[in-house]
Amino acid sequence: MSPFLTLLIGILAGTLRGSAPFLFVSLGECITEKSGKINLGLEGTLLMGAMSAYGVSYLSAPTVGEFWAPWLGVAAAGISGMLLGVIHGWLSQQRRVNDVATGIAMIILGSGLAFFLGKPFIQPQAPQLLTFDLGGWSDSSQVQSTLRISPLFLIGVAIAPFLHWLFRSTRWGLYIRAVGDSPQAALAMGISPFKVRMLSIMAGSFLAGIGGACLSLYYPGVWTERISSGQGLMAVALVIFARWNPIQCLWASLLFGGTQAIGPAFQSIGIDSYYYLFNVAPYVLTLLIMIITCSPKKTLAGSPGALGMENED
Amino acid sequence: MSRSIRFSRRQVVRGLLATTAFGAATKLSGCSPSSEAGDDTSSAAGGSEEVIVGFIYVGPKDDFGYNQAHAEGAQAMAAVPGIRIIEEENVPETSAVLETMRSMIEIDGATVIFPTSFGYFDPYMLEMAAEFPEVQFFHAGGLYQEDIHPNNVGSYFGYIDEAQYVSGVVAGHMSETGQLGFVAAIPIPQVLRNINSFTLGARSINPAATTQVIFTGGWAEPIKEAEATNSMADQGIDVINCHVDSPKVVMETAEERGLYTVGYHANQAPLAPTGYLTGAEWDWESIYTALGQQFVEGKTLMAGDIDHVLRGGLAENFCKLSPYGPAVTAEAQADGEAAKEALVNGDLVIYKGELDSNDGEAILAADEEYEQQNIELEKMDWLIEGVKGSVGS
Repeated sequence: MSPFLTLLIGILAGTLRGSAPFLFVSLGECITEKSGKINLGLEGTLLMGAMSAYGVSYLSAPTVGEFWAPWLGVAAAGISGMLLGVIHGWLSQQRRVNDVATGIAMIILGSGLAFFLGKPFIQPQAPQLLTFDLGGWSDSSQVQSTLRISPLFLIGVAIAPFLHWLFRSTRWGLYIRAVGDSPQAALAMGISPFKVRMLSIMAGSFLAGIGGACLSLYYPGVWTERISSGQGLMAVALVIFARWNPIQCLWASLLFGGTQAIGPAFQSIGIDSYYYLFNVAPYVLTLLIMIITCSPKKTLAGSPGALGMENED
Repeated sequence: MSRSIRFSRRQVVRGLLATTAFGAATKLSGCSPSSEAGDDTSSAAGGSEEVIVGFIYVGPKDDFGYNQAHAEGAQAMAAVPGIRIIEEENVPETSAVLETMRSMIEIDGATVIFPTSFGYFDPYMLEMAAEFPEVQFFHAGGLYQEDIHPNNVGSYFGYIDEAQYVSGVVAGHMSETGQLGFVAAIPIPQVLRNINSFTLGARSINPAATTQVIFTGGWAEPIKEAEATNSMADQGIDVINCHVDSPKVVMETAEERGLYTVGYHANQAPLAPTGYLTGAEWDWESIYTALGQQFVEGKTLMAGDIDHVLRGGLAENFCKLSPYGPAVTAEAQADGEAAKEALVNGDLVIYKGELDSNDGEAILAADEEYEQQNIELEKMDWLIEGVKGSVGS
């Protein structure tokens, strides 16, 4: 196989393997921000999800078997994320509390809890999620491993259009958008902004927790304290890049997932200089997106009207 | 409603940007100090009876890797009567380590400090050594230079590349394609030396063997390590070795792809039961126990009772090989054992002429050789012929 083709397949494989956490966190943040709140704490939620998924999968394997244990882990990741979400949802809606500041506190709380509780799980091996081997038709091991796709990734891909439809065509979606754009109007309609925001933050944190499960139970499939490498924070930035549109979140996640594979893939075909530069590609991309989308003249199209506003009494 | 319009979108975006940068900076360095000092409070002031030794690790103590190897050694030192150890894990190679060292010295009363990670040395450990001339500092690595660095600084390190050479011999036998892979963190001398020795070992069996190196750019980058292993598997590489803090990800990914693996730091056979060939393991227990006894006897670096540079290889029990895995053939095992024997006896010198670097520079002429103790090897900035990769970043 030519080096160029190998490189392309390598990056494609990296995209399919590595974008699931971005996807889940960015979709979660999309729901949260649509309701008018920012949850920076998803970085902590991601770590907490990764830890609880791995821990539960490891601990439950003897009782429920190697097949169901990781799925229990995924559920645990979602629930632990949701619990963190409740804290953020309640705190960030108090009078004169800034949700960005609360989010930073939640990063520290989430990661600290995950590191503390995760100590015993660094060493053992937990059962991993099953994968769909769609590459059986090919006899190239590269293609086979590229097309070994996680069901979580497929679920994430399905959630994106579902959310899009939810926001556009359902009553619930309308509630979320109403609360996000104009809480007063929503209140006048008889909707409680507090409850809607609380539920949106919880749903978002649930998804972010599952994103963590992708890290620890699929790829790279271990629990270590360095597992997230800032992916939760990047995913928050990615939502702005995607203009609060779930479908675009999907494309943006794929892009970010792919950039992670660039450094190793280039070195493996012999382009061995500048790997530090390739490795920072996702961060540079984040900065560029921020600069491009940050215009002093206008607000961003698609941005929820009440995003970042002070809480009403 | 109108009062809140002032919070414009771009302020939000700026806020996000700033916090992302802040968060990334603090998070990525992963600081969560968790001192496991048992009974600190008991004898901070009056503890002149026992020697208090501080160990600082860059990652978790049970990472199947570098830190675990040191932590096991530290436990062995703790067993020496008269020694009490205090430990702190997950200390980043930033000014955070200054604070850790300072509090170990000033609060816990430590008189010997072992900052075990490479990047702690300059400037952090040197700064502390200048400030506390009565405290001894021991660094694992080859950065110490006599005459330049303070008298209370010592350096210890094992010639683990001897074990890498033997692993290379086994890998050279087992590889069908003759293509070996090496997932490395950062191009520093110790890493390059492992890569070179591994390659030399493999080429002593199969002169056409090559080693592809991928640098991840950091000691703990789980996703990049997995990506690197996968992309090497895609290239047709069939033996993977690594030098990162925790080889767990590399071992598991390689096992999943059906590759042979060579471990590092500690025994990783449980992670890759079918493909594990052998591995280069640290054996800090003997050296730490010996040093602990010397501390109790009141010996110090400053008085010249303890050597400033402590080095050793397979013969001196600074390192060892993992037991051979089930896949290793009898022939490979025999050659591996022969190479090990020759290294222990001193009959075999790994770096001998004629040796060229992979960019065509001559390293050693036909009649020259670098003994293991040669300081040139600790300044290594070249990759030998047969290694695919470059030391430049």
